[in-house]
Amino acid sequence: MAQFLQQMVNGLALGSIYALIALGYTMVYGIIALINFAYGEIYMFGAFTGLFLVLTWKANLYLAIFGAMAFTTVLGLVVERVAYRPLRRSRNAGRLSALISAIGASIFLSTLMVLLHGPATTGFPTLFQNRNFVLGGASISLYQILIIGVSALLMVGLDLFVRYTKTGRAMRALSQDADAAALMGVNTDLMIAITFAIGSALAGAAGVLAGIYFNAVQPYMGLMAGLKAFAAAVLGGIGSIPGAVVGGLLIGLAEIMGVAAKLSDWKDAFAFAILILVLLVKPSGLLGRSIIKKV
Amino acid sequence: MSTVDNSVSGAVPGAPAPRRQPAWLELWPVQALLFLALLVAVWAVTEALNLVIPAYQGQILLFTGINVIITLGLNLITGVTGQLSLGHAAFMAIGAYAAAICTVSLHLPFALALLLGGLVAALFGVVLGFPTLRLSGDYLAIATLGFAEIVRVVNTNLKITNGAIGYYGIQKRVDLPLVAMLAVAAVAAMAWLENSRNGRAMRSVREDEIAATASGVNTTFYKIQAFAVGAFFAGVGGGLYAHTTTFIQPTDFGFLKSVEQLSMVVLGGMGSIAGTVLGTIVLTAAPELLRFMSNYRMLVYGATLIVLMIFRPGGLLGGVDLRDAVRRALMLGRSRTVRTSVGGDGQ
Repeated sequence: MAQFLQQMVNGLALGSIYALIALGYTMVYGIIALINFAYGEIYMFGAFTGLFLVLTWKANLYLAIFGAMAFTTVLGLVVERVAYRPLRRSRNAGRLSALISAIGASIFLSTLMVLLHGPATTGFPTLFQNRNFVLGGASISLYQILIIGVSALLMVGLDLFVRYTKTGRAMRALSQDADAAALMGVNTDLMIAITFAIGSALAGAAGVLAGIYFNAVQPYMGLMAGLKAFAAAVLGGIGSIPGAVVGGLLIGLAEIMGVAAKLSDWKDAFAFAILILVLLVKPSGLLGRSIIKKV
Repeated sequence: MSTVDNSVSGAVPGAPAPRRQPAWLELWPVQALLFLALLVAVWAVTEALNLVIPAYQGQILLFTGINVIITLGLNLITGVTGQLSLGHAAFMAIGAYAAAICTVSLHLPFALALLLGGLVAALFGVVLGFPTLRLSGDYLAIATLGFAEIVRVVNTNLKITNGAIGYYGIQKRVDLPLVAMLAVAAVAAMAWLENSRNGRAMRSVREDEIAATASGVNTTFYKIQAFAVGAFFAGVGGGLYAHTTTFIQPTDFGFLKSVEQLSMVVLGGMGSIAGTVLGTIVLTAAPELLRFMSNYRMLVYGATLIVLMIFRPGGLLGGVDLRDAVRRALMLGRSRTVRTSVGGDGQ
């Protein structure tokens, strides 16, 4: 039982990171139905910005997280402006063209980081002394508390923002019916940009947290994390914000449980196996709305 | 069914429609003979080319041919039938491993191994095709992606594939004439399939699934058929790849490989055979041509994808009817202006 509780804690910490990235996927998808494949790379850039701030400016934890979030916000806006917006304007650009453009952006960003930093893995310097607390048989480290705490804070903040601010309402309107929202005076381009900015900021925070937790930062870390977070978003029902959180936590838990069951060689397959099984039973994801297509 | 055929053919360049060929050209023995003559010509040309061309360029041509076979399969699934697949490399992996195991462990003849590799991949195509019964759009895309990741992890952990170390000791059995002839045969087979009743049914699934169902097209059947045939092509291509490189490992067929194949299809022009071939040639050659930039080449590659999508979102040959363009250039017959549509905007 204590063993199980322990794995729950570990899974929750990992799942929080997936959930943070998944939120970015799901928000962008909910609004413009685009799979933003450059997301994993934005997360990776977040981790590197945090690392850079800590190494060169001796920034503390909070500064590193905020700095990374600020930088990835700008990066997300730039990617949106350069790679996606022109395609949205173009009359005969289909969804697939946007997807390929996103893939191009993803390749560009990861190669850029290889050029800037080199392909090697770098450890994250210790920011504070890690300590373990024993809670009902399971031990939880300060790092895990930090990850779960910061993720929860950001998620609650996002939820409040989307639910109670004017901008949040405009975003929800846009995701329901873009044309109608535009007719009601919603500045769609601005709202889309804000969505990208928020999602990118969350990915940046997730990058720093993951860098600290795994003590490893490298230019290709975004690919697998991005794919799994995307799987998490779809698992929870893409477009649904609580769905992304549920999906992320589930995938984190499943992976940790798999590792605990001595199946760590198969770890990378768990997320996707669960995803496919869930989709076979419930094609729109756990919390997704099923869309009935009418003629 | 005949009503479906008529309604769909309007959007198909080169299907029934006003153009008239001499009647004798449409007889199948004539076409078969022409095809054989073409194969012989391709064989003669590439055999000669093989003598004069430097080994490095020959290798690039070889990989281009293999990639053409594979991407034609993806074009059938994604371009013609409209089912977005992000896991095509998995079929290639399955074909590559199956063919390699056939020749190395089972000592089967190479040709049989290639065929078996294709068939095993096709079998998995059917297995993966079943989720498409219920999934659509991006849900399908992520399911195919997940499938490919699972195949990669399974290949990394199985004994028979020699795990992460990779499968080695495969004999090099592939040369340029063989690949060229198979690639030409693949193009011919695809052209024939797309202009057949099955091909038109697949196109109708892409254009409007509900209308297709209402017209009596069994959409499930054609989706699975597209997956099976597309996977078969990828499997054969994978077998060729294994017997070219003589060494394969699970990471050869990762997510980035699937993405590369999808970029080839989309860059050339979705649903167009000529476009797929062109996109494959460009994207196979590009990293090699950009090699002088060493570290910057993938940077340029990524940027090129973005720029091309901004300026030609339908792909290089999207919206170009190649037969029409050739005919106009040769001043033969009258020109038609049928746009090859990329999803949705068919009429």
